[in-house]
Amino acid sequence: MRALILVFAFLMTLPAMAEQIVLGLSKDTVSINTNFDGSEILIFGAVKREERIPDEPRLQVIVTVSGPSERVTVRRKEKRLGIWVNTDAVEVDRAPSFYAISTSTLLGLSLTETEDIRHKVSIPRAIRSVGAPMNITDSESFSEALIRIKMNSGQYQLNEGTVSVDEQTLFRTAIKLPAALTEGDYQTRIFLTRGGEVVSKYETSIFVRKVGMERWLFNLSRENAFLYGLMSLAIAIAAGWAASAVFSVFRR
Amino acid sequence: MQIYLPIAEVSVNAFLLLGLGGLVGVLSGMFGVGGGFLMTPLLFFIGIPPAVAVATEANQIVASSFSGVLAHFKRKTVDLRMGTVLLIGGLIGAALGVMVFNYLKSLGQVDLLVKLCYVVFLGVIGGLMFLESLRAIRNVKKGKAPARKKHNWIHGLPLKMRFRVSGLYISVIPPLIVGVTVGILAAIMGVGGGFIMVPAMIYLLGMPTKVVVGTSLFQIIFVTAFTTMLHATTNYTVDVVLAVLLLVGGVIGAQIGTRIGVKMKAEQLRILLAIMVLAVCGKLALDLLLQPTELYSLGAAGGH
Repeated sequence: MRALILVFAFLMTLPAMAEQIVLGLSKDTVSINTNFDGSEILIFGAVKREERIPDEPRLQVIVTVSGPSERVTVRRKEKRLGIWVNTDAVEVDRAPSFYAISTSTLLGLSLTETEDIRHKVSIPRAIRSVGAPMNITDSESFSEALIRIKMNSGQYQLNEGTVSVDEQTLFRTAIKLPAALTEGDYQTRIFLTRGGEVVSKYETSIFVRKVGMERWLFNLSRENAFLYGLMSLAIAIAAGWAASAVFSVFRR
Repeated sequence: MQIYLPIAEVSVNAFLLLGLGGLVGVLSGMFGVGGGFLMTPLLFFIGIPPAVAVATEANQIVASSFSGVLAHFKRKTVDLRMGTVLLIGGLIGAALGVMVFNYLKSLGQVDLLVKLCYVVFLGVIGGLMFLESLRAIRNVKKGKAPARKKHNWIHGLPLKMRFRVSGLYISVIPPLIVGVTVGILAAIMGVGGGFIMVPAMIYLLGMPTKVVVGTSLFQIIFVTAFTTMLHATTNYTVDVVLAVLLLVGGVIGAQIGTRIGVKMKAEQLRILLAIMVLAVCGKLALDLLLQPTELYSLGAAGGH
């Protein structure tokens, strides 16, 4: 039995040894300042290998970028007594705040179902929803709604065919980060696949951070909430008074 | 010009916010309403998270009301004594309202209740005000003198007090009750409560319209300042950058609005406010009655 596991483990690691990813990022930190309006990150790299390039099946590249996960409640409206009200709700245990997949060909062609389940690559796999209440029989439609809403707002992206691969060795793609970006470590994964099987994998993180005034205000609002509240009020009253003063000068 | 809001964590157009602030500010100065019942839905619409919109809105109302009330102080159209009595009632009501709100939240469906509250109150108040002002305008055209205030049961109550600016000599009990009621509703509906307060002062207390606006603004400042502190310390949802953008437009708008309000006849002012209140009511009612294009909505887990 143990020997079998060893052989299996050896077979598993073998492809990863054969082709390795050397990665570069145009930047590994995204700074959110006051005039932040989205960002674009260039992800590029090369495949390092000892032996000659296997001809078939061709090398495919998948790049995923995923934001910090959060719990999300998905609610559904129904008509009750003539008005539309929220009735059923399903809690999705883990949904990334942002998720982008870029592939060199159609996702279905570059990854088998089994590999997708193992590595959680496609958008439905990246979301984890376990417990729906007993009275809800169609819990999938809630996950589908979550994906649909997030895709419409550009928070989830599936960009098929946007990774360009040259000579089965060099690859590059650009990931667009939207303006409504939350802070956190954005896990970035690169998969090399052949015939739908993952032959190599590389993980790194892109750090998204608030800087300058954004950082300062955010920290103050959390650590010194009372002071922050007073400051907000003081600004409001000062602005109200200033406008009144300016206008009375105009009238004279 | 796009600006990233540190608490809301979204990027929005700064000029859009300045414009929205200005528009609501004009209305606020004209009618003595905080404008929260208009601004909050507008903020939802441009993609600000609801919790942040409600909290930040309170902070912005402080600014536009302060600016508006100063303009009214110059014209001596603020009844400080009446304002204080209403404020005492209002704070008691707000505290009660928060308790009611939390109770409703534990039952679920708080969103629906808030919306229904809006539809019912906006509808009733707007409708009554519209009819009354229409009648008043017709009377003025016919050359009839406005009906003199009648003595009713309100004048029979004890604890009488003289409100010189309003020209009233009535018991403090009705204004206190008005204050408490408005406070409760304001806390549940998440607004300053001006749109309920203004008609209540005119029709229940019999105050002159010119004094009502300044006095209402005076009271709103304190209620919304209280709400702002509450949101900032418990939910961390006050976005000061968003507030500043809204209030720069808002305070300027409030000054312009106050000047427009002074030039207009009381009946015209009231009928315009009535139309506005009815319009918002109609929009909310349609949202409840028509099938939404997206049946599903996303929310933070645990919240509402």
